[in-house]
Amino acid sequence: MDAAGVAAALREASGVRVVGGGTKLGWGRPIEAPELSVAELDAIVEHNVGDLTAILQAGCPLATARDAFAAEGQMLALDPPDDGATIGGVVATGDSGPLRHRYGSPRDLVLGVQVALPDGSLARAGSKVIKNVAGYDLAKLMSGAYGTLGVVTEVSVRLHPKPREWLTVVVRRDDPHALAAAASELTHRPLEAERLDLRWDGDAGAVLVQLCGASAPERAASIDGEVVEVDEELWAAQRAAQRGPVVLRVSSTQQGLADVLSAARDHGAVCVARAAHGLAWLRLEAADAELVTALRARLGACVLLDAPAALRREVDPWGPLSAEPLMRRVKARFDPYDTLNPGLLLT
Amino acid sequence: MDGGLKLIEELRGICGDAHVVTEHHALRTYESDGLLQYATVPRAAVLPATGEEVAAVVRACHEAGVPWVARGSGSGLSGGALPLEDGVLVVLSRLRRILEVDLENQRVVCEPGVTNIAISAAVGPSHFYPPDPSSQIVCSIGGNVAENSGGAHCFKYGFTTNYVCGLEVVLPDGSVVELGGKELDLPGYDLCGVFVGSEGTLGVATKVIVRVVPTPESVRTLVSFFESPRHAGQAVSAIVSAGVVPGAIEMMDNLTIGASEAMAHAGWPLDAGAALLVELDGPQAELEATFDQVGELCEKAGCSEVRVARDEAERQVFWKMRKSAFPAMGRVSSHYYVQDSVIPRTALAEVLERIDWLAREYDLQVANVFHAGDGNLHPLVCYDGHAEGEAERAEALAGEIVVACVDAGGSITGEHGVGVDKKRYMPRMFSEADLDAFQKLRCAFDPDGLANPGKVMPTPRLCGEVPGPYREHPLEKAGLAERF
Repeated sequence: MDAAGVAAALREASGVRVVGGGTKLGWGRPIEAPELSVAELDAIVEHNVGDLTAILQAGCPLATARDAFAAEGQMLALDPPDDGATIGGVVATGDSGPLRHRYGSPRDLVLGVQVALPDGSLARAGSKVIKNVAGYDLAKLMSGAYGTLGVVTEVSVRLHPKPREWLTVVVRRDDPHALAAAASELTHRPLEAERLDLRWDGDAGAVLVQLCGASAPERAASIDGEVVEVDEELWAAQRAAQRGPVVLRVSSTQQGLADVLSAARDHGAVCVARAAHGLAWLRLEAADAELVTALRARLGACVLLDAPAALRREVDPWGPLSAEPLMRRVKARFDPYDTLNPGLLLT
Repeated sequence: MDGGLKLIEELRGICGDAHVVTEHHALRTYESDGLLQYATVPRAAVLPATGEEVAAVVRACHEAGVPWVARGSGSGLSGGALPLEDGVLVVLSRLRRILEVDLENQRVVCEPGVTNIAISAAVGPSHFYPPDPSSQIVCSIGGNVAENSGGAHCFKYGFTTNYVCGLEVVLPDGSVVELGGKELDLPGYDLCGVFVGSEGTLGVATKVIVRVVPTPESVRTLVSFFESPRHAGQAVSAIVSAGVVPGAIEMMDNLTIGASEAMAHAGWPLDAGAALLVELDGPQAELEATFDQVGELCEKAGCSEVRVARDEAERQVFWKMRKSAFPAMGRVSSHYYVQDSVIPRTALAEVLERIDWLAREYDLQVANVFHAGDGNLHPLVCYDGHAEGEAERAEALAGEIVVACVDAGGSITGEHGVGVDKKRYMPRMFSEADLDAFQKLRCAFDPDGLANPGKVMPTPRLCGEVPGPYREHPLEKAGLAERF
């Protein structure tokens, strides 16, 4: 099925579950609807090496794109977990990994989108050049909308040069507040780190700072920590901790991370966080609605990602939405008959 | 304006007599923004002092069914703040307080009238706010939000949209919403992200939360001179292909060098076909490793000379050359028309050739200044506004340049916005289905079409009720507009 086929299918459909790689079907409110897959749309349409841009069909696996760009010394700076994830799914869920520190989230790297809308139309917004302000930035609207406003069929993205040399400095602390303070000191320095993460596991934690470039060893010397040259496993573990039996994504601030790390210690959770962005993932072995509610009261906005369907029925996985009436007005214009992932985000 | 007098009385009640301007001569101050080719005197200009007053003003306009336009510093270059003859101009210049400098969390909360430079000043020297439009001394953060402003350092650091994480917005019905916040990835739709760059057509921001970042440890700047912009373009490609991400990489052509030299006196060679200004910033140790490489790449691309700024004073002179380009052009030509199109960087040689050919065809001079890293061209079409028909010819030439850039796979605007100036080119870039999708968003925020109508979209459109039965709009009945 091509993009026009997706649009045509939407026009006829009364309700669809939009699927790419199928790695995040357990996120949001549980829903029942026939699947509409974009997995067949898996081409790399353009890789403009000289321009550091690319156009990918939504079903293109991130791993496939990564290999293709790496062959030219380039990268799409998105490293969320799930090797089977597609670019469309990553954009739709706004998922991100440790590279978020320097390069932002999908919303920051997507230059343009093509979306199939429930009225059967196929619309584009943005462009394939890295600088453009013509028209509304619907790529932002579609990023993180979980396919509830349109089905992303193609995205154009900005690429970056792939670093050739790197290392990671690990700074260990066994107290959440001391750990957060160590991270804060580093986020306020002009390190130009590639990745800058926090980890809490059991009764100890670490700040992980990845530095790239020829001068990385010299710059690492200014940080009081252990230098790890072969660091792939460290970062794989950071990504892996964003998945689990129950995972809450916490939107906090840099200063708020001390509380998030403390909460991890108190509840025996593993926590990974993007130190400069105040974003954290709490991985729990199990949780009930009461715990989710208590964590929200303590930490602020928490989105329940991985969780058994029963829990996602019992407690709102999203929590309170700011400007919800306006979100409903947007939904009503783009998807007036609630065709797309009905009930997943707004009920 | 039906019931206009009643509305003006209400506005006076909200903001005080002194802050509602209705006299024609006083209103002329506001007839244009930075794009002087367009001028319209509004019915009234109102200068609220607080977000509450802005909301009350917008609510009063909504109740009266009167359209309005928001204006910050008025330095925009696309006519985005061009007033409406029968509308109210909401001037945000009195909302200029920085409300909170939260350095620990690397956030600043401010009112929309705060200037771009004031944000960096408030968090310096340890931190800065990266998007830096050339007008940053005067332009307001509210205007930057409306236009998703860029600047010379965007190739490395990104645009306004990458730094605004929260907004307080007055919607066109006068209600107030919080979009985003200090935190990232808040649940639900990224309405903050879609508001940035919406050119005042979705509402007006009354509070802006931005991210600030640590100031780079070190900055090094060089300029190199080439036979032509094409040759300089090859150097840009070589630098970027080598994996270097300069803080800024700017190009000026021969005409621009000559004009700027008369103003900034940097002693640059007047016979150079192009000057390439490259600035690297970052950790000192990393700059040591890469800066020489940039000079070598320029030499390999055939430059006649590389000059490295020896100190901050010389660096400022280099930048004065670049930032003087627009005003200095006034010495070369009595009038000029600035374009803002974007091309894929690799299409530079081909597009420049096309521009040269078009300039000859139209018998006009075109000077070129580029943000070379991201392919954002600022061709300045020079003309004599007093010569019969020359302004029209310049406009037509500028239009052809836009079309050439879109045909090369680019965009009609990289940082100035569509406004009134480029809306006629929107159909070159977007299909009817694309424009329909834009309108869906517009209708969700502004179903009555009161916020900055007549901008961005190429033709007037109305919003139907959703969902619900079809009703004919009076304008539609009169054949004045098409229903979306």
